[in-house]
Amino acid sequence: MSYFLIFFSAAIVNNFVLSYFLGICPFVGVSKRVSSAVSMGMAVTFVMLITAVVTWLIYHLILVPFDVVILQYVSFILVIASLVQLVEMFIRKVSKPLYDTLGIFLPLITTNCAILGLALFSVLRDYSFMESVVFGLGAGAGFTLALIIMAGIREELELAPVPKYFQGAAITMIVAGGLALAFMGFAGMI
Amino acid sequence: MDLASLGISMLSMGGMGALFAAGLAVANKKFYVEEDPRIAMILDNLPGANCGGCGLPGCGNYAESLVLGRVELNGCPVCNDDVRESIADIMGLRALKGEKIVARVLCQGGNYESAQKGVYLGIEKCTAAHITGGGDKLCLYGCLGYGECVDACPFDAMHMSENGLPVINEDKCTGCGNCEEACPRNIIEMHSVHDTVFVACRNEDSPKDSRKVCIKACVGCSLCVRGVEEGQMTMENNLARIDYNKYGRSHELPTAKCPTQAIVLMESTPAKNIDKHSVVVVSKEVLSA
Repeated sequence: MSYFLIFFSAAIVNNFVLSYFLGICPFVGVSKRVSSAVSMGMAVTFVMLITAVVTWLIYHLILVPFDVVILQYVSFILVIASLVQLVEMFIRKVSKPLYDTLGIFLPLITTNCAILGLALFSVLRDYSFMESVVFGLGAGAGFTLALIIMAGIREELELAPVPKYFQGAAITMIVAGGLALAFMGFAGMI
Repeated sequence: MDLASLGISMLSMGGMGALFAAGLAVANKKFYVEEDPRIAMILDNLPGANCGGCGLPGCGNYAESLVLGRVELNGCPVCNDDVRESIADIMGLRALKGEKIVARVLCQGGNYESAQKGVYLGIEKCTAAHITGGGDKLCLYGCLGYGECVDACPFDAMHMSENGLPVINEDKCTGCGNCEEACPRNIIEMHSVHDTVFVACRNEDSPKDSRKVCIKACVGCSLCVRGVEEGQMTMENNLARIDYNKYGRSHELPTAKCPTQAIVLMESTPAKNIDKHSVVVVSKEVLSA
């Protein structure tokens, strides 16, 4: 499978958020402003990329040779947790306002199932090293894309005359559902 | 599963853990952010229960907001006076030591004292009664008695007396001010426990009218103002007001001449054997000459 197809598939056709419904928590939680959505997307993409690299190395250089594949979940979570810690420290150092904006959702990347999903998918699909790197990038791009679309719509929604009983969480869920439906349109392309 | 794979598992996981830990330790040094040292010191003093009683997610956030001046020193309902004092020391706020703020009810017009003008059968809320013709009491400034302040209290520090007036449990009161906001007639004010003398009336009617509506109303006779030093008390709109900055906090009461007993002494009572249902914690000693 060519790298482009893997990237395109992970980013659009099999978008992690809108087709696999992984990582819904930050998708709803940090999609109020486009700017913070971009930052969150960047943070997640970074974690995804490094996760893809490190988990591939761990899986193929440690777990398989020593025949302890059973440890893949534990070791992947360990990798993700450490990476998120690193990203958290970095963002806190570089931009305190951004750190405050992302708030609890930054440490929650640890439990973001999109990232563990990425690591497990790339094992399941038996990707080569380069393939899983591209897969990680594509998944991150897809996550960022979904977050930005959602944030864009929600910024507009604040000016829209939403009926009283649909305001807040309800309209957010409806928008998310509509977006997922739209992305279903890509199904079968690859 | 044999012993060898157990050993391998332990070694590989342990190795990975150690590696990541080392990496994070290095990163922590590299990305270390200078924090106000007071935050850590305050955090050491706080209860550390992360109960969220202050309205923030945890004690860490509270300590940070405290240093940044976003919250008040009495924002933590769990802290006792000692903790508050040590935090005040850290913050360099010695003047605030032991300054507990409590809510004070400035109306004595209960069911017995104030006159009725009719029967109110509407929604049993003060706000509702207030906007529909002012409820069933003749006094347009006094307590309506439906206990919206009690409902607003998040610390269970208020209850309605049998006479239909809110009573404050000073030990539980944290001075959060929710009751003050809830009262549609602005009867409740937040005061330091060291302020002890209060004009417990809000009626601004003329002397003739206010006397008709409540036996404990301030009728605006100015006897109290004449009895104190210049500026300590003033008359505004037929109502005596105390300037706490000028009056100081002395227990001596040159205001004992009030003919309607509208001026009262409200002192803290020691917290012993408080029965929730019967004890009036705020002692209201009616002053006599």
